[in-house]
Amino acid sequence: MLRIHNIEVVYSDVILVLRGVSLEVPQGAIVALLGANGAGKSTTLKAVSGLLRSQQGEVTRGSIEFHGERIDRRAPDEIVRMGIVQVLEGRPLFQHLTVEENLLTGALFRKAAPRALRQDLDEVYSYFPRLAEFRHRTAGYLSGGEQQMVVIGRALMAKPRLMLLDEPSLGLAPLLVQSIFQVIRRINQESGVSMLIVEQNANVALQISEHAYVMELGRIVLDGPSAELQENADIKEFYLGLTQVGERKSYREVKHYRRRKRWLG
Amino acid sequence: MNWPLVPQQLITGILNGGVIGLIALGIVLIYKSSEVFNFAHGHMVMWGAFLTWWFAGAAETGSELLNLPLWAAVMGALAVSVLLGLLIERMALRPMTGQPLLSIILMTLGLAQLLEGLASIAFGVEPKSNFPAPFSPGDVLVIPFPGAFGDAIRLKYTLVVAFGVALLGALLLIWFFNRTRTGLAMRATSENHEVAQSVGINVSRVFALSWALAGMVATLGGVLMAILTGVSLNLATVVLVAFPAILLGGLESLGGAVLGGVLVGLSQALVQAARPIEVRNSAEIAPYILLLIVLIIRPEGLFGQKRIERV
Ligand SMILES: Nc1ncnc2c1ncn2[C@@H]1O[C@H](COP(=O)(O)OP(=O)(O)O)[C@@H](O)[C@H]1O
Ligand SMILES: [Mg+2]
Repeated sequence: MLRIHNIEVVYSDVILVLRGVSLEVPQGAIVALLGANGAGKSTTLKAVSGLLRSQQGEVTRGSIEFHGERIDRRAPDEIVRMGIVQVLEGRPLFQHLTVEENLLTGALFRKAAPRALRQDLDEVYSYFPRLAEFRHRTAGYLSGGEQQMVVIGRALMAKPRLMLLDEPSLGLAPLLVQSIFQVIRRINQESGVSMLIVEQNANVALQISEHAYVMELGRIVLDGPSAELQENADIKEFYLGLTQVGERKSYREVKHYRRRKRWLG
Repeated sequence: MNWPLVPQQLITGILNGGVIGLIALGIVLIYKSSEVFNFAHGHMVMWGAFLTWWFAGAAETGSELLNLPLWAAVMGALAVSVLLGLLIERMALRPMTGQPLLSIILMTLGLAQLLEGLASIAFGVEPKSNFPAPFSPGDVLVIPFPGAFGDAIRLKYTLVVAFGVALLGALLLIWFFNRTRTGLAMRATSENHEVAQSVGINVSRVFALSWALAGMVATLGGVLMAILTGVSLNLATVVLVAFPAILLGGLESLGGAVLGGVLVGLSQALVQAARPIEVRNSAEIAPYILLLIVLIIRPEGLFGQKRIERV
């Protein structure tokens, strides 16, 4: 359903970040995209969702197709309308809105009737019962795990066909990571949403996905069925090394993200 | 204090404050959606008043095209001000996307000058005293109030009506923001542009819409001001009392802006009830003194959003 064909991405006309990336997400599949910090994983997702442009990024070569249609020149809101929704890194929610208002923003573009919205909210609450309890709370005060639930739930409200998840495990306790990934799998199976998941936590990502790609310095260096990659010696070393470095780096990423977030003054 | 004057000043202050609050709302609207502090808002207010005046055929040069009744003239001015708002967003703001916030804010200062220049060319520099008022200045409401000066509070009809309209406009806007889909899109966009885009909100459209709305709010405020004081280029300086109202209320709060307006109106009016002439003459700076005190105690204003810090 999603086919990225040999794309090149340049930031600010000069910084070449992706140097020929190709990957595919088949209908109904969960695909993982792994790689160290700065490899270009988030850039790849933003190329798909169209969010690159607001950061002076551009797909300068190659193509991105969704159900056979070129989407690499489309605006982000058009792409959401086509059924692709990205859950950004660092679980950024609308802090001053309530949990339920946050969820509703995900469905704004659909112009759905109130009753349909109610049903969609209930669906989200069935995946994340905790959110039902906190529906009227100001979202900014939730814990990290709850915030991750809100942003995934918000994406679900868009009734997407493909969800792009950027490091959902970032900075969460292992137990919470397990439960979030369980829900991701349920959403995939019960609501039939295909998933492209970016992770540094290769372990959980390989468990949940059918196929995985490994990225390094803007290139795909390895790909294969996740079960095979789990046995791959390089991968073992790769993510063993990562669990230590990853923690610290990902913390810095959060900070970096904060500074960048008000990009469109 | 000149106590017998206080009841009168109290009411007048609140009524005046409502109009100030409405004008402050227009600035908060833009700030909320895009973090841009629009220094040209006063000039949009002034344009709204002039447009209404023009549509009502009060130019009296013998060559005016229209001679609309006040309500129709206001409608005409509202329509033009929506276009003006959209035009400003499209021609001035959108090309600045991605530029430092300060450049954009300075640009609104330039815009203010441009609007002033254009107004003086289009309508002339001299003040107009023939704004089509719905009531004559002599129409007053007399409310008996023992102990007050003359045992009554006297309120101009125009002021009472202006307050009513301002309050209604403000409530409508607050309802719109909190209860409609578009309002939610605007609140979401105001918090984080990138995230708003990621959920499929067309951010440019939200900006355009907020400028269009701000244009309407400005025009409404301009009409109310013009009814009270007449039309002139000086109308734009009303923002000097709207600024403290906004900061008092907290930059992001619509309700706060209205309340801030009322506080500003009150502080000005009550200072005028003082006995020493020196104090009375300082009515203009009274709101700023109040502002200083409030900001020392609550830096985010009375109703501003506290920054939520979680790691
Ligand atoms: N807006 C931007 N402008 C310039 N360079 C960027 C921008 N965003 C990301 N980069 C650079 O692109 C590279 C890949 O970043 P990213 O896609 O965020 O990597 P990952 O998600 O794999 O950690 C990094 O070197 C980063 O510094
Ligand atoms: Mg990343």
